Amino acid sequence: MPAFRVGVHIVPRKGLLDPQGKAVSDALHTLGFKSVKEVHVGRYIVIEADAGDAGAAAQDVTTMCSKLLANPVTEDFEIEPPVRA
Amino acid sequence: MKFGIVTFPGSNCDYDAFHAVTEVLGEEAVYLWHKDHDLQGADVVVLPGGFSYGDYLRAGAIARFSPIMQEVIAHAKSGGPVLGICNGFQIACEAGLLPGALMRNRDMKFISTPLLVRVENSGTLFTNRYTDGEILRLPVAHGEGRYFAPPPVLDELEQDGRVIFRYVTASGERTSAANPNGSERDIAGIVSEDGNVLGMMPHPERACSPLLGSEDGVRLLESILARVAA
Repeated sequence: MPAFRVGVHIVPRKGLLDPQGKAVSDALHTLGFKSVKEVHVGRYIVIEADAGDAGAAAQDVTTMCSKLLANPVTEDFEIEPPVRA
Repeated sequence: MKFGIVTFPGSNCDYDAFHAVTEVLGEEAVYLWHKDHDLQGADVVVLPGGFSYGDYLRAGAIARFSPIMQEVIAHAKSGGPVLGICNGFQIACEAGLLPGALMRNRDMKFISTPLLVRVENSGTLFTNRYTDGEILRLPVAHGEGRYFAPPPVLDELEQDGRVIFRYVTASGERTSAANPNGSERDIAGIVSEDGNVLGMMPHPERACSPLLGSEDGVRLLESILARVAA
């Protein structure tokens, strides 16, 4: 079975108070980046796993996100297209 | 009555809980190692404070998959009392024993300080030795204690009397300044639908002696004793 590398972005759910993002946004404003409207700080996770094909790899990682990698109450996730490892 | 206190790698309030149960309450306690599958006949399970598994991924996220947690979840589902304090509250939420989640503190700082909470419902397994509206002095020590749940869940918790502790001022008022971490609706502690699982960010087990600045936590343990032993 081929191995795939899948990147996952996990971010605080939109609309929820994100103090970390707010602090970074404030710092960017202080640096003069007045154009910054919003910043959200999340996690980036890279998973290498065997799967039948790219679709199956994406499906596996989606399940992993729902069960462990993201908190369904407070976070959203986006999965990058799997690439052959 | 026998208390089982779970020790995860990174727990740091397990001994505080052990001391409170054995020395202050005068009951039996055993440590339950996270890799074990046996509650050793414990009537009450304590999920103590600390940083289980280094808070990797999210506070409590990894701990809930420990072998012992499968037993704790089964114990809770069959009505057994579970007391989740601080990291234990985070673990109980991650394990689905309580609704919602604990998020990063509003001001991004780790908070370690004694503060005040009001007893919102003295009719529970954990609060029957208190009176409604009573103000307790308990310490908190957390970086991720901001309780969050969607508004309909919060409404349900309030309607069902499941919010049992709220952060307040010395005169018992709810203000933004009295709320240390930005918790929704000033929530400091909640119970499960069946009332047998308590999650709270403050540490009652560290408020069991005048030497430590408060003994307001003792009656929480006595409340459990009164119900479970009865």
